Amino acid sequence: MNPVVTNHQGVSVQVRGLRKSFAGTPVLQGIDFEVAPGEIFVIMGPSGSGKSVLLKHIIGLERPDAGEILIGGKPVGSPGVMDRFRLAMVFQSGALLNSLTVGENVGLYLSEHRLKPPGEIARIVAEKLELVGLKGASDKLPNELSGGMKKRAAIARALVIEPQLVLYDEPTSELDPLSAVTIAEEIVRLRQRIRATSLVVSHDRDLAFGVADRIAVIHQGQLLTIGTPEEVRRFNDPLVQRFLSADFKPSNHPPTP
Amino acid sequence: MFQHIGEMVLMLCRTLCAWPQVWRQRQKVLDQLFDIGNASLFMVCILSLFIGGVLSLQSGPVLADRGLAGVLGAIVGTSMCKELAPVMMAVLIAGRIGSAMAAEIGSMQVYQEIDALRTMNINPLSYLVLPRLVAIAVALPLLTIFSILIGWFGGAVVAATNPRVGVPFQSFFRVLSENVDAGDVANGLFKSLCFAIVIGVVSCQQGLATIGGPRGVGRSVTKAVVNSIVLILILDYFLTRLLLYFQ
Repeated sequence: MNPVVTNHQGVSVQVRGLRKSFAGTPVLQGIDFEVAPGEIFVIMGPSGSGKSVLLKHIIGLERPDAGEILIGGKPVGSPGVMDRFRLAMVFQSGALLNSLTVGENVGLYLSEHRLKPPGEIARIVAEKLELVGLKGASDKLPNELSGGMKKRAAIARALVIEPQLVLYDEPTSELDPLSAVTIAEEIVRLRQRIRATSLVVSHDRDLAFGVADRIAVIHQGQLLTIGTPEEVRRFNDPLVQRFLSADFKPSNHPPTP
Repeated sequence: MFQHIGEMVLMLCRTLCAWPQVWRQRQKVLDQLFDIGNASLFMVCILSLFIGGVLSLQSGPVLADRGLAGVLGAIVGTSMCKELAPVMMAVLIAGRIGSAMAAEIGSMQVYQEIDALRTMNINPLSYLVLPRLVAIAVALPLLTIFSILIGWFGGAVVAATNPRVGVPFQSFFRVLSENVDAGDVANGLFKSLCFAIVIGVVSCQQGLATIGGPRGVGRSVTKAVVNSIVLILILDYFLTRLLLYFQ
């Protein structure tokens, strides 16, 4: 599942001493980690632990109160970083532009930056949509798609960028198991194909242990552990163990008469 | 309030910096122009016709009682082009188009579409705000010209048909043309251009500042319309004072 990456096209990510508070409430309390180029790094943790806020900092949508984030060795807020590196983010909701068709959404990066002629963009869009199993959906509007299809369209939009770093925010939430497997396969395939670095935020244990090279567990804005899936599984911390082994047991809840 | 004004000025400056991209965004400008015209042309006709009519109806009998009915064309003509058409059209467009702009951009903000644009290195100001600002800055003066003409026509119809006024159609327009010149129309168009920028900037800024869910969008829409109208009326006074120096 985790092939050795030899020809790195991906870009490294370094997060150092990251702190962020909203209205006096600390959300991130000194986060430090590094992601190697081409690595699939999964950040796990319960809801409200600061995972999505962390992701927004890495892509530059939020500014930290303290600490720094380096993409390929350059601070994320510095001028030209977004031009220098190809970054993409797959939002939890897909965040497709509702006024555009799926095809226009997928080709938006190329058309807005005028990177390819319209005919070429149409060909690339069709190719990427087919890759994520959305062949023929190009002319549909986002509100005509199911949740899983929207996420796959968002992945296709990210693929078009040929990203060096892809951030996934809860890529399998609200999806049926089959769609979740498709998304997980897509994350791994992307690394195999273009050696992109992937940073996945999720509380889906199957996804995390299935695709990750390394996993970080975050709780209340602090990192509890970082390691390979096996190391995290063996990590002897009650919070981590409770999170990883949480399961519904019907026997604990006797049927009411 | 002052923070909002500061944000609006900043947004206007940043949008103007993106001006060189306006040609690239021409299709979006045309789409917005079509939306603005399509949504408001009929309302502009109705509103202007009745504004001109009621102006004649209010001032006509008073002037006629004093033997001054002949100057009605000048009063309606000047009032429509210098004051009523620019202000009333701006209020109408703030309600119909400003609210739609704030709602659309606000929804995009709430549903992370604007974040998605930023992650693709697409500047939301040049992609969303610039086409809307250019479209409204072109459309509102055009609608104001249309409103002036319809308002004059409405005033003339009432002047001619109301027995208490009794100013013939031709006489109304003869006096109007003798007293209203291109400078008066330009005065109104300048005002409407300023109002258009106010509506565009306030609505887009409120949309981009939306937080929360659908309730936040509703709050932004209300703020966009109310703030636009308040600013239009305040600005109208100062623009009138300013333009008096050029007469």
